[in-house]
Amino acid sequence: MGFFDKLKNIVNKDKQVFNDDKEKKLYDKGFEKTRRGLSDKLNNLNKKYSKVNAEYFEELEELLIMADIGVNTVMNFMDRLVTRAKKEKISEPEKLKELIVDELFIIYVNDDLLDDKIKYNDNGPTVLLFVGVNGVGKTTTIAKIAKKEKDKGKKVMLVAGDTFRAGAIEQLSIWADKIGVDIVTSNEGADPSSVMYTALEKAKNEKYDVVLIDTAGRLQNKVNLMNELNKVNRVIGKLIDGAPHETLLVIDATTGQNGIIQAKQFKEITNITGIVLTKLDGTAKGGIVLAIKEEVNIPVKYIGLGEGMDDLQSFDIEKYIYGLFSELL
Amino acid sequence: MFESLSDRLDAAMHKIKGYGIITEDNISEVLRDVRLALLEADVNYQVVKEFTASVKEKALGEEVRKSLKPSEMFLKILKDELLNLLGTDKVKIETNKKPTILMLVGLQGSGKTTTIGKLGNLLRKKYNKKPLFVACDIYRPAAIDQLKTIGKSLNIPVFEEGKRNPNEIVRDALEYASSNSLDYILIDTAGRLHIDDNLMDELVNLNNEFKPDEILLVLDSMIGQDAINVINGFNNKLPLTGTILTKMDGDTKGGVALTARHLTNVPIKFIGTSEKLDGLEEFDPGRMVSRILGMGDMMGLIEKAESIMNEEEAEATYKKMKKGNFDLEDFLNQFKQIKKLGSIEGLLKMIPGAKKMGLNNINIDPKDMARVEAIILSMTKEERKNPGIIKASRKERIAKGSGRTVTDVNRLLKQFEESKKMMKMFSNGNLNLPF
Repeated sequence: MGFFDKLKNIVNKDKQVFNDDKEKKLYDKGFEKTRRGLSDKLNNLNKKYSKVNAEYFEELEELLIMADIGVNTVMNFMDRLVTRAKKEKISEPEKLKELIVDELFIIYVNDDLLDDKIKYNDNGPTVLLFVGVNGVGKTTTIAKIAKKEKDKGKKVMLVAGDTFRAGAIEQLSIWADKIGVDIVTSNEGADPSSVMYTALEKAKNEKYDVVLIDTAGRLQNKVNLMNELNKVNRVIGKLIDGAPHETLLVIDATTGQNGIIQAKQFKEITNITGIVLTKLDGTAKGGIVLAIKEEVNIPVKYIGLGEGMDDLQSFDIEKYIYGLFSELL
Repeated sequence: MFESLSDRLDAAMHKIKGYGIITEDNISEVLRDVRLALLEADVNYQVVKEFTASVKEKALGEEVRKSLKPSEMFLKILKDELLNLLGTDKVKIETNKKPTILMLVGLQGSGKTTTIGKLGNLLRKKYNKKPLFVACDIYRPAAIDQLKTIGKSLNIPVFEEGKRNPNEIVRDALEYASSNSLDYILIDTAGRLHIDDNLMDELVNLNNEFKPDEILLVLDSMIGQDAINVINGFNNKLPLTGTILTKMDGDTKGGVALTARHLTNVPIKFIGTSEKLDGLEEFDPGRMVSRILGMGDMMGLIEKAESIMNEEEAEATYKKMKKGNFDLEDFLNQFKQIKKLGSIEGLLKMIPGAKKMGLNNINIDPKDMARVEAIILSMTKEERKNPGIIKASRKERIAKGSGRTVTDVNRLLKQFEESKKMMKMFSNGNLNLPF
């Protein structure tokens, strides 16, 4: 069964992908802008053309690039689509729609379905390290994930590892207070590795379950800041076996092609195990998910669909594609 | 910032060089490359389409056909058309009214608070103004603390009243400013989505009551195709007077610069070029085009140097260079001044022709510079004035003192001698620079 049929079943409620109505509503609302952008345009396109031809494909290409799916990804996608349409002798736009959704899905699940779950450490604290460029929402993301873990009954610690940005330590402290979890801090300007050392010692001794570490925002082309990240990794790894168990790269969904470069560069320096895509509710795009998967092969683990505490969701490709295309049906 | 864009354009240009004449056929491949380069730089699709169409039309025109060097003509067309997109004039910020009210708005994480700090710093330094920061981000935890920390480090007053209604805060801030004779009111607002009606109304209320002289939209230069919706979203509700592009020191291709002006007519006024509080430059379209096309930015370099260097000191150093008695003490001073200019990589990239000389991909670890400094600092005054006396035992002491090896010390001394020779030739006018 192709993904398009699966999608139909979800819409017709023959298949359950959402845990409850609340979750479905969140996806419906969070993806409202993205969906309107892509689905509406695709529907309009299909109304405009009665036959699939070169102009049709050109407009389709434009539409996908406008969704920030990424120039390379779109070019490859178009090649495959045109070949498949020819082979399967499809000339009606309505029929082609199914192929489009299918092919987009294939980009993501190509070869293997990436593991989108967080890996927990069974023997001691699970350490999650959050990295990314400036202003993507690392601190807020940490607060939201901390709350999720706390709600699961875990003993949670936050570590204020961003000792560079003015106000960063205060920001995380206020969150820790609000959620009711512990936090380890140091002074602004201190060596981030030293606060992590103190925090992880404490986490081991006092048997914390989950430790979430904030880091300063850094642009991926700043050599010395990227090297600092290396040092942080070494310190963490020495104190707790296998740590960090997850290194999550936080990316702002409003970002364009630079998101791909961010993923590539951070992956080179440190072992990125997953991506948190924030601010998806604000953008009509969000195609970056597909581009990152195709070009860098890192799974998205969380997506931010709103500013509320519970609006950060575990990523699920079926729900995501549903969010994008449910109005196509 | 625009390196990869300029690399791709450069490659495209290279293809044309081989052709004696530009025809529809041989130009189509080049135009495709230009198109892809711009799309990869996140330039709006619509803008790319118009741009390539008009470049094509002009390239096939009579003038180019007749010209002897089509590739040069093509470059000129690209340059002119890019300038068309960016707007040909520099648009300055309002500086004459007292008080001048500036409001910064934008999405979350675009860099408003840091930019407020940079802007205050620039207004004070360049225009001799007395700014006041007003903290109106009443939502993000610790946003007020962040502004207060920045204000403290710059010694610029920050007005805050905690989480009150922004209109009330600004009202009180204006009173405070007039009784303390401050002439610039910089309002920091909370980050918000352009589609969030409630929060947008808050900005509209501020605009209605205070009619700011400038409302500046702060945009992350890494923004993708959504840029146009964001700019329009803010511009439809507020009379934007300009945009500020932040994080231009990253490896973003900054296509939004090309999108913003062309589609909305809102001019770019400043660009953020480092994490430090002096990392804000007034936007100059001509210089930006030069950077995009990899032609360097000599004006920017000179301006930067002028803002840092002390004229008398420079004059004295120049005289010493000319006489050839430039010593390690001077070398150290020069070194410190260069450090103030920011990253060496950034400086190198501004040199015209840097790419051809292979200077654009140099990575310099700030630690290397610190090492050189440490070695010189481990010398006595006498040794710095007269490096000739540094022999084996002195070298060993210096190496120990700076935590380096004797080889490192030797290398530094050798480099110093070389540069001294270069300077002498340079000042005698005997040196042919490679550009």
